This record gives sequence, C-alpha cells and structure tokens, in this order.
Amino acid sequence: MSYCLIVDDSAVIRKVAKHIVESFKFETDEAADGSIALAKCREQMPDAVLLDWNMPQMDGIAFIKALRQEKNGDRPKVIFCTTENDTKHISIAMKAGADEFVMKPFDKSILETKFQQVGLLD
Amino acid sequence: MTSEQFNFLRSFLKEQSGLVLGEDKRYLLDSRLNPVAREFGFEDLAQMVVALKRPGSQKLATRITEAMTINESFFFRDMTPFDNFRNTMLPHMLKERAKTRRLRIWSAAASTGQEGYSLAIELLEQKAKIAGWKIEIFGTDLSSEALKKATAGKYSQFEVQRGMPTAMLMKYFKQDGAEWVVEPTVKSMVSFRHFNLLKDYRSMGTFDIVFCRNVLIYFDRDTKSDILNRMAKQMAPDGYLVLGAAETIIGLSNEFEMVSGTRGLYQRRSGVSSKAQPVSALGGARKPVAPSALYSKGRKAS
Repeated sequence: MSYCLIVDDSAVIRKVAKHIVESFKFETDEAADGSIALAKCREQMPDAVLLDWNMPQMDGIAFIKALRQEKNGDRPKVIFCTTENDTKHISIAMKAGADEFVMKPFDKSILETKFQQVGLLD
Repeated sequence: MTSEQFNFLRSFLKEQSGLVLGEDKRYLLDSRLNPVAREFGFEDLAQMVVALKRPGSQKLATRITEAMTINESFFFRDMTPFDNFRNTMLPHMLKERAKTRRLRIWSAAASTGQEGYSLAIELLEQKAKIAGWKIEIFGTDLSSEALKKATAGKYSQFEVQRGMPTAMLMKYFKQDGAEWVVEPTVKSMVSFRHFNLLKDYRSMGTFDIVFCRNVLIYFDRDTKSDILNRMAKQMAPDGYLVLGAAETIIGLSNEFEMVSGTRGLYQRRSGVSSKAQPVSALGGARKPVAPSALYSKGRKAS
C-alpha cells in the first residue's frame, strides 16, 4: 500500500485530506509542522506528501528544500496544498521541487486528478 | 409536480433537444430547474410548467432546455482521450495531412469550453511540429450560457484545478483576481458556436477529428444512431471519433471501427478499410507470393 504524509498545521484540514487520500487506498500519517514531517520522512520515506505552505516552525518551502536534500528525498511526489494562490507563490513552490500545486479550497476530484497527473493513481 | 406535468416536461425536452429523461432522472428536474423557476419569478416548478404551456414562452423554453442539457466539464477530462490525441490521432494526422497542413477538430459537446482549450494546449505543447499549420477547433453546444463562458475563457480557481496540471496552468493561463483566463495564443485556436446536434451538419464542413463525449447518453437509440451516421458524413475518410468513457458505438453505427489498443477511440471505416485493402488484394493475387512478402505487407497494413 502506498503511503502519504499529510503536513498541515490545521487539524481540520488534515482530517479532510486524510479522509480523501484514504479513499484512494493510501496509508496516511499526519504532521502539524515541516520539522515533524522531516523527522517522519527520515524514519520512512513516503510515496506522497501533501504539503501546506504556512506552518509555525518550518514552513512548506523550507521543508521541501530540506526533503529534496535527503537520501531518497527525490522519491516522494510532493503536492503543495495551500491558500497561497498567486502565480508568484506557485512558481516558487514548483522551483523548490514540488510536483503539483493545489490551491485551497480543494475537493476529492481535484486531489484525485492531481494524484493521477503525478502518477500516484491510475 | 404532477405526473402529467412531469410527462409534459419530458416530452417537451425530447422535442427541443432530444434529451431523454428517465423516471430515475426526476431529481435532475428539481436541481436544475428550480434556479430557472426562481429566475423567472415562479413559486415552484408546477407554476413554471403552466407558464411554459402558454404561447410566447420561448425565452423560458430556451432557458429550461439549456439548464437541463448543460454538462459539467473539466480540463483534460478522463485523460485517456487526450493521451490518444497525443499518441495516436495527432501523429497520424501530422503525417497524413503533411501536404495540406490543415486540421479541423470538432468539440461537439463543448459545454463551457474546457475540452476545446485542452486540445489547443495539447497542440501548443507540440508547437514545433504544427508550425505553419492551419488548425481549427470548433466547439459547439446547445447552451448559450455555457458558450458565453467558453468564449470568455475565464475560469474559477476551482474549475482550473479540475484537471489542469500546474505547469500548464502557469504556461497557458493568466491570473485575473480570483479567476484564470486562457492566454490569447490558446484562445485564438478555438471558436465556439451555438448548435443543436439534432440539426443539419452539412454547413459545418469536414472534420478530421470529432470529440463527442458524454452527450449521446442523453439521446434515445435512434437519435444516437442518426447523430453518429450524420457525423460520419462530415468526417474525413480517416477521421477519428472520440466518445465518452462509458459510451460505445456497438449496435449504433457501422460507419466507425474501434482503434485497437485504445479505449473510446474510433476511426471512419472507409479510412480503415482503404488501408487494409493491400492485404485482400494480395490474398486474391494469382501469382504466388513469397511468404516473407506477405508477412511484411500484412504487418504494414495492420
């Protein structure tokens, strides 16, 4: 079973995302901050990371830059999932190594197509 | 609403648009027509049906038909048709039309334009190969409301995210406040026009590729056959037809053949059989032919 790490400082968003991602037959784990997420990645590298931008300790951009430096850190498909929704933020995220970018609010069909486009789903 | 009123609406819709509304689709009347009833200031659907029966209710009739036939649409819907476009249809057409350098595509249930623009983007992704080509993408739909939106090429954040990969969003759209507008390069490749699929197609000209997805489902069997057979007449002998994921041509038309190794992709039978002819000619040849020649020719034809 594929494994997706959901990184967001909002417990509500994590719950919604978890519910959707599990419907794609993924195992999930959650992290409320980039630093916690990075520690979890060092333990077990996920197949997918759903990543918020603004978080208190380590934000999404700092996390993805650090992740991509890790051993096998190029492996996970990273999908940003944030309220930041302008072209400037999107290109910063893509340049930092994101595979896809979702602007909140999102629903199941948006996440599903993004998962398909990065090759996580058929 | 009484059964009599439901049946009236049902035959009204069949007559206007060919839409076949089963008993099980009764809920659609509520969800789609209540907003129309409100718009026209009626208390409920029953009152609206009464008004619809009066003479001079053309405006209401049009809005009802449009509201019932509008299709939810998103970019690169179902992905497979676009993979087929990129990997099968386009290579074939680029080769076969190399002399005329003309390509005409019909998006026959264009709705709010996402399909047409997705095709334009696919083409622009292969810009070098189509340099100097005259490519036209026609989007038609029954709903003027949908076409208005299609022509504007302006989509909400929610809509663009339904299928548009981020890299392409950045490349082919411009942000305008909370909305995203297709770039002029994309827009100039697609034009939209109001059209009823029950009407005559002869003024449309000839198409190389027809996308007719998720619209036949609304029609009864005879209407489906009729539409497919008349579409075939507007298509090049090797033209491609693309149907929706849940649709099939089986038992409806003999004009098309499924393209093997694909899903939902059909080609005009005339185009397929003209290519297959060398094999049958060979089979009937009087002179003995070396097996290797047979094999290689047979392979080319397949």
